[in-house]
Amino acid sequence: MNDIANFKNTLTSSFTDFEKSLNGQSKQPLHSIRKEALANFEQAEFPNLKNEEWRYTNISPLLKHSFNPLPAVLPLMYDDIQQFLLGDTFNHVMVFVNGRFDENLSKINNLPDGLIVKSIATDVEEDDPNVLEHFGKYALSEGQIFTSLSAAYTFDGAFVHVQEGKIIEDPIHLLFIADARKDKALIQPRNLFIADKNSQASVLEHFVSLSEDIYFTNTITEIVVGENTYFDHVKLQEESKRAFHISRTVIDQELSSNFTSHAISLGGDICRNDINSKFNDKGGECTINGLFLLDDSQLCDTHTLIDHAQPHCNSHEHYKGILDDKSRGVFNGKVIVRPDAQKTNAFQENNNIILSNEALINTKPQLEIFADDVKCSHGATIGQLDKEAMFYLKTRGIGEDIARAMLLHAFASDVIKTIKLLPVRDYVEAILTKKFNQ
Amino acid sequence: MLLEIKNLHAKIEGKEILKGINLTVNAGEVHAIMGPNGSGKSTLANVLAGHENYEVTEGEIIYKGKNLLELSPEDRAREGIFLAFQYPVELPGVSNTNFLKTAVNEIRKYRGEEEMDAVDFLQMIKEKMKIVELDQALLKRSVNEGFSGGEKKRNEIFQMAVLEPKLAILDETDSGLDIDALRIVANGVEKLRSPENSTILVTHYQRLLNYIVPDFVHVLSDGKIVKSGGKQLALELEEKGYDWIKTDAVA
Repeated sequence: MNDIANFKNTLTSSFTDFEKSLNGQSKQPLHSIRKEALANFEQAEFPNLKNEEWRYTNISPLLKHSFNPLPAVLPLMYDDIQQFLLGDTFNHVMVFVNGRFDENLSKINNLPDGLIVKSIATDVEEDDPNVLEHFGKYALSEGQIFTSLSAAYTFDGAFVHVQEGKIIEDPIHLLFIADARKDKALIQPRNLFIADKNSQASVLEHFVSLSEDIYFTNTITEIVVGENTYFDHVKLQEESKRAFHISRTVIDQELSSNFTSHAISLGGDICRNDINSKFNDKGGECTINGLFLLDDSQLCDTHTLIDHAQPHCNSHEHYKGILDDKSRGVFNGKVIVRPDAQKTNAFQENNNIILSNEALINTKPQLEIFADDVKCSHGATIGQLDKEAMFYLKTRGIGEDIARAMLLHAFASDVIKTIKLLPVRDYVEAILTKKFNQ
Repeated sequence: MLLEIKNLHAKIEGKEILKGINLTVNAGEVHAIMGPNGSGKSTLANVLAGHENYEVTEGEIIYKGKNLLELSPEDRAREGIFLAFQYPVELPGVSNTNFLKTAVNEIRKYRGEEEMDAVDFLQMIKEKMKIVELDQALLKRSVNEGFSGGEKKRNEIFQMAVLEPKLAILDETDSGLDIDALRIVANGVEKLRSPENSTILVTHYQRLLNYIVPDFVHVLSDGKIVKSGGKQLALELEEKGYDWIKTDAVA
């Protein structure tokens, strides 16, 4: 009980300092959202294991720490971040250090016509009507303690706006760097992506850390996928093994839109990903894929929700987990098919490989179907590395370690191969190769 | 002498399957091991390849002068033993090319040879594919995934051609094949036959032996070799069935 009270108090009392740091910005309309969120944060309770949505994820280790919501931001050089730039292949890169946009390390001065990429803070300063129209409208704060915390301290994050009819070929790389060498940082990037009618874009959210320290990333992304628009989203999380990572991604899909998500989770002590997509109109298509690769005592919890609120929409979901040592995985895939959503196709699959006796996975499909003319399926598997496959490889002269790496790679490849951004796929492949060959 | 099996006893899940096998295979010889279902043919093949589910309780296997039972399955393969599986395993996500390249290079590494470069490797596997008339498109596909029964068996012989074993053990490679596929498989095995290499054909049917003429035929029954002879023995079995051997052995 004391932990929770302390955790809350620290964060509530820092708010005054935060307000001061905002200078003139505290008079903007966004600030009333912050204050409202703070009130929500004070009222809301931290989830515990009795809460159905958090049944397998105990966050009490998180609450033992005292995090600094206004962490120090040390100046970084290009050499510090070069390793995370995926071979410098991307033309549009936004770098955030402890949640603060770093213009010098970023590369957004050469944007094509129709693409607006800037920090949310700048956008708010410029009174962009898009912010007030969309900000906080999808990831609601009420009753959501982590969303409230994020909204209360909203300062920076990526704002991406693709204007009507624009096809943006180059992906946008958002690099979120955690630097907790100085203090236990609370890092809360807050992103908003808007893709207008008939447009196309891809965004990579990439979370990394400079050291294996303790810190807390609490991030929210809202994505509006306009009519007949194609939006590709990849979230690559390779945080410190001691970090806490809580993220919520909320997607609003309009008429005949197509949204693809890949979430690759590798780091973090406790990691929780919530991905909620809603079909607001007919003809939508949504693909939600992911891979979590865990060892030591890592915990990774993925909760997805696909809301088929309208007819004639298709959703495909495929998550894979590889768990070693004492790690724990949670997958909860909820699909709601509302009464009007006839002709829905919703497919979900979750496959897991357990490499040790102590690793554990809790997987749960949750289908709530209220329409009668729909096709929905789900499947979950949990197994060990196939012994017959291992023997087969060995009889061809392939040694134990390489055979194991080959099979794990093959298992993960279903998900990795569907990542459309080739440099990202190669980067993930390289990480997996390194991990599997350890 | 390439292989010498002496008084081999083996069990699986506590049940004794092999009850004292004696067999000697010299370089260049083709041995057919025939027998009814459940006689221990596949067990013998798996024990030779080193499957961990089979426990050897008595006897020994000497291969190239070494105690084979002390070698891991991968080292047996590197020493030149190849098992063509009765039921080849599907490896979704592992491409045939990657699989073969890894295998070839692992074996070369063991033998202190340099890794094969990509061009030579591709050249070599294209040549070998012709032996079993496999379509090159299969190289890009996952190992055995979605292959027909015949394609799987041909893929086994293709792998054998690539890995060039000293001792090939074909576990019911002929079962379930139509006559065309059987001819292709048999033809592949014949092409790879040489005075240095030996083959053990494990089969239930005599049919394969119309295409691959063995030097010796052994009949396995209830975990023992109950009769050995030349190729004539296979024909006799085909005519009279296995019951004749069983009663004969008892008598």
